[in-house]
Amino acid sequence: MIELVSAARCIACDKCIRVCPTDVFDRGTDGIPVIARQDDCQTCFHCEANCPVDALYVDPRTRPQPVPHHEDELADSGLLGSYRARIGWGHGRTPGALQAIGPAFGTAPITS
Amino acid sequence: MGGQTQELTADVLVVGGGPAATWAALDAARAGADVVLADKGYCGTSGATATGGTGVWYVQPDPAAREAAMASREGLGGYLADRGWMTRVLDRTYANINELAESGGYPFPTAPDGRQPRNGLQGPEYMRRMRIRARRAGVRILDHSPVTELLTAADGSVAGAAGHRRQAGHPYRVRAGAVVLATGGCAFLSGALGTDTDTGDGALYAAEAGAELSGMEFSNAYGIAPEHTSVTKTAFYSFATFYREDGSVLEGAASQGGRSVIARELLGAKVYCTLDRADPADRQAMRLAQPNFFLTFDRLGIDPFTQRFAITLLAEGTVRGTGGIRIAGEDCRTTVPGLYAAGDAATREEICGGFTGGGSHNAAWAMSSGSWAGTGAARYALGLGRAAHTRAVRAAGGAGLRPTGRGGVDHREVIAAVQGEVLPYDKNYLRHGDTLTASLRVLDDTWRQLRSGLRGDGRDAIRARQAAALAANARWMYRSALARTESRGMARRLDFPEQDPAQHHRIATGGLDEVWTRPVKEPV
Repeated sequence: MIELVSAARCIACDKCIRVCPTDVFDRGTDGIPVIARQDDCQTCFHCEANCPVDALYVDPRTRPQPVPHHEDELADSGLLGSYRARIGWGHGRTPGALQAIGPAFGTAPITS
Repeated sequence: MGGQTQELTADVLVVGGGPAATWAALDAARAGADVVLADKGYCGTSGATATGGTGVWYVQPDPAAREAAMASREGLGGYLADRGWMTRVLDRTYANINELAESGGYPFPTAPDGRQPRNGLQGPEYMRRMRIRARRAGVRILDHSPVTELLTAADGSVAGAAGHRRQAGHPYRVRAGAVVLATGGCAFLSGALGTDTDTGDGALYAAEAGAELSGMEFSNAYGIAPEHTSVTKTAFYSFATFYREDGSVLEGAASQGGRSVIARELLGAKVYCTLDRADPADRQAMRLAQPNFFLTFDRLGIDPFTQRFAITLLAEGTVRGTGGIRIAGEDCRTTVPGLYAAGDAATREEICGGFTGGGSHNAAWAMSSGSWAGTGAARYALGLGRAAHTRAVRAAGGAGLRPTGRGGVDHREVIAAVQGEVLPYDKNYLRHGDTLTASLRVLDDTWRQLRSGLRGDGRDAIRARQAAALAANARWMYRSALARTESRGMARRLDFPEQDPAQHHRIATGGLDEVWTRPVKEPV
């Protein structure tokens, strides 16, 4: 679930508010998005992928985490913005799709 | 919730925002129609495709390759697929994917041998491109604008839809010559990746307008995910070995052909796995192919290739199953004039029969049926002309909008009641006539209560409608499963383990207060 909106990094572009498919965010009075409906978060990582300044962090677990994440630790470990980097979105990056040649699965039909 | 109703007109209204919806909108616009696309969430991120990545049933037009592609799943699907539709879908998918590569800007990779494999798509990039393409074609996109009901004309044909613009804070209506439902399948809010927007709304709206469904018994797909997470990317579990809690190998468990072994074990114990059959080259290729698959592991500090991790199975209902709105013609019309269906909202039996459409087939179906539905809807709407917008209309919505009794039913209670019957492996995956009958009693009772007392207004209308849709879909599923007294495709019955040649037919279903089923003997 969405766990972190970094006010320090956020540029109030509203992009996450717009692209979240389950409408999790509201715009705060200072322009910084507020996680208004965390229960509706489907852990799809789209907000992170679309954030131009890597201000968001989605925990892969589908329930709220009791201990808050520390922005500096996430940044130091390279996790903040890592999905956006992997799919190659952002200036100067190569689209991940250009390199997406999957492993061979043999002759069995791929069903999922 | 206030705000004045925004009134719009269009030749074609497309409901949904995934691949089927965007191809429908694009091709309707190219056929000369004025198009509005209304998505519950955001067109570009909504749905199972945008969130994941998908193989595509993209096969070179070489007769031997096409024959092999068609033959590969016919038996698995219980021989309910149709060669004519398979041929059409292979042709259309080939054309659409090539268009996406050559003029759609999608960056397909180049293999070491210089060839460009076009049989896979990364979801976020694909759907970002499709949104741009639809807009460039002149499609008006309404994001965060869940449709809550269809509008019908006096002759029963579909004439538009109504909904709520949840971020703008006001209701809206679109008067349209034709409507394409591309709202996705129904995964019962199980938490499977990207499917929380896939609550079967389109099937409910279609049924309220009098349309039929088909193949709803093929609805018990489950995807593998690390426990307590969302990433159901099951293909990579082909590289897995599955283990019991004590570290012994769970014999017979496999991603393909052994998922029921996992389901049985999960009823009473935990199941673990390691992707230990992937060699270093596979591992690298997997990371490049599906970066989101590794988000879970990297963020939890797990090396999936060497460490054991607990897994779960998440219900994927008709998203990975094949049931949906019944198609009544090559342009993906339904049995109701003016109403078209595409993608996972429609049945995919035409190309999958009763086997999962997961991965490549659903992707091929979404773009093909989307194109056909968009073109067909445009032709129909342009034939009606401007008079289409001035027809007297009636709002077709019932359950969750216009209760027949006093209020007081909470949508969350409805969802919990439905989930209690459709998520458990021993009820839905491992089906038996006795459990299906018991579940139907609960589900029918849930329907009666919600029909009488569930009501949502404004931005909560869609929550009530989603709850009603889950209940409706569950009832069509189990009524169809009960009607098929054999095992065919994914619709396996513990009490009827064999395939019965006398039941080599599809099963149509429909109805709201009274659910019916009937065998469909005639070819599509």
